[in-house]
Amino acid sequence: MHELIVHGAEWTTKAGFVYPNEFIYWSIQIVMYPYMTGLVAGAFVLSSLYHVFGQKDLRDMARFALVFSLCLLPVAMMPLLLHLQQPLRGIEVMFTPHFTSAISAFGFVFSTYAVIVLTEIWFVYRVFFVEQSNALKGQPGLVNTFKRVVYNLLTLGAYDLSPEAVAKDKKAIKIMAAIGIPVAGFLHGYAGFIFGSVKANALWMSPLMPVIFIMSAVVSGIALCMLTYILIMEWQKFKAILAKGKGDESVELLRGVEMDVMTTTARYLLMFLVAAITLEMLDLIFRGYTQMKSWDVLREVMFKEDFVKIFILQYGLGNAVPFILLLLPRPTIKRLVVTLVLVLYGVFMMRWNVVIGGQAFSLSFIGFMHYHLPIIPHNWETYKEGLCGALTVVATPFVLFWGVNKLIPSLNFRKQ
Amino acid sequence: MDCSRRKFLKSACAATAAATLPISAFRLFSPAECRAETGKPGTRWIFLVDTEKCVGCGLCVKACKLENEVPYDAPVTRTWVERYVITKDGKPHIDSPLGGRDGFTSPKIDGEEIKPEEITKAFFVPKLCNQCDNPPCVQVCPVGATYQTGDGVVLVDRKWCIGCGYCIMACPYGVRFFHPIYKVAEKCTFCYHRISKGEKTACVQACPFGARQIGNLHDPNDPVTKIIMTQRVGVLKDEYGTKPQVFYIGLDRNVR
Repeated sequence: MHELIVHGAEWTTKAGFVYPNEFIYWSIQIVMYPYMTGLVAGAFVLSSLYHVFGQKDLRDMARFALVFSLCLLPVAMMPLLLHLQQPLRGIEVMFTPHFTSAISAFGFVFSTYAVIVLTEIWFVYRVFFVEQSNALKGQPGLVNTFKRVVYNLLTLGAYDLSPEAVAKDKKAIKIMAAIGIPVAGFLHGYAGFIFGSVKANALWMSPLMPVIFIMSAVVSGIALCMLTYILIMEWQKFKAILAKGKGDESVELLRGVEMDVMTTTARYLLMFLVAAITLEMLDLIFRGYTQMKSWDVLREVMFKEDFVKIFILQYGLGNAVPFILLLLPRPTIKRLVVTLVLVLYGVFMMRWNVVIGGQAFSLSFIGFMHYHLPIIPHNWETYKEGLCGALTVVATPFVLFWGVNKLIPSLNFRKQ
Repeated sequence: MDCSRRKFLKSACAATAAATLPISAFRLFSPAECRAETGKPGTRWIFLVDTEKCVGCGLCVKACKLENEVPYDAPVTRTWVERYVITKDGKPHIDSPLGGRDGFTSPKIDGEEIKPEEITKAFFVPKLCNQCDNPPCVQVCPVGATYQTGDGVVLVDRKWCIGCGYCIMACPYGVRFFHPIYKVAEKCTFCYHRISKGEKTACVQACPFGARQIGNLHDPNDPVTKIIMTQRVGVLKDEYGTKPQVFYIGLDRNVR
């Protein structure tokens, strides 16, 4: 006997006249999906700024951003699988892609992107793999033997460390990073297209949607990379203080590196933030000015039902406040952390207001739906499409990074 | 190991060719080819709703739920009836409790009792899938699990639908939902299993007033086609470019 669950009925409340079959079908996981792919794309673009455009100031950040975007990769797919009613059939998107659908491209764009990221990482770390393999040669112990086997495999048999070979690696990295930028942009821009092309949804339908999505993606990707970088540097500083005392040279060195990297990266963050806000405002103003049939209900949603979420939390707390904080003179790490958390929150709220906000009004244009996020799960559905499911998705890249970083350290600043 | 570039490229080409060979055993279908395989030739199913005749009894909704195994008490339904009450201030009051399954027995709409002397006009509007000529739901399905038959009906393959909900989002009429048991997209099929055997749809058969009729647009002698050709009929939400094929007599501007 199957369990009878009307998908969406659990977390949707209706007001006014709403068609019987309308519910919030796309819930928290569809908020997470563009958010996570945005982080992937953003992290990759950040790393490419160094590899392609030679932004030397981003060197330390670039390596970390690249590895982190690898850890974020599987997580971009996770929310989609968690949201599918038939997750085991998800692979059909690869088998029978129906190319008139925006979603059908997902498998292909995503795999292309994954291949690019993996290739680039391999070229970046090839020398390291060979060095490790050589260093571990003849060392006793089962763990060392195992590690050596893993590194041997990772070299893929390319042990050449001659200057010509290394130069070729560098060239390959540059090419991969250059191809990667449009693909990362496409990966996320098309996530925007998935929403922007739904003509039935008055809030989503906009040709600006893909561009808005790319800009906010880069903003969130940079912010997350910066935040993670700060956390890791603080941890290293803490360890150095414990080991050598507060006034030690190495502590000062770490502090200097951290501040340098952060102030330069913050400039890029600010640039993309301005672009994102400008586009969103343009979209809003255009809708208000043209006053199409849907404007009445959109206005009701934006200025009444969801006013706090859109104007206070997203534009105010998530955009305006960090914008001012970034412009203030004499930056400090503490202030930067607050700024970054707010930026990430702002982009999340933007995703929320697009995905949930787009379903906040009925197709009848005179009814409203409210989404109540399931906090404590009582069945599989309320777990995966509730707070716990979202937190699982958020936690995964960090767990992956912990594992991946053991094999390909992206944070060994002292050696450089 | 000697591995020159020439050798590498050579074996790579050979491996690719060997890998592609079995793939050539598969056949690529064009959508038009598939469409020709399904549906009766020379048929385009259409639907006619006469809102002047509908009294909101809900027998159509009941019949549909029973015929098509949509759980009776679930709040989702393939077809439904909406009640419109327009008051003197020009405001429309609309409801459709349980899709109108049990009729409209309460004078309250949305918890608000409307005085009879306040009402200027009131009517019922049955709704169902419009079996659009340009169906956005078919366009957006990422795996091709929903498709249009040669005779114009949009169906869902329950064994292939991944349950992403994109088709539900793409439908401007809100006719799609997730089946509470099969967990895949569900919609009105014009009772395809019945009409392809020459029977009427369950809702048409259940309607005691003849407010619902099904016909074949390609048959000039079909009574429904005659009405559509000779009388003034309307469709819902024309502006989306979906080319809906459910036609309405007596459509009011307040109908959503």
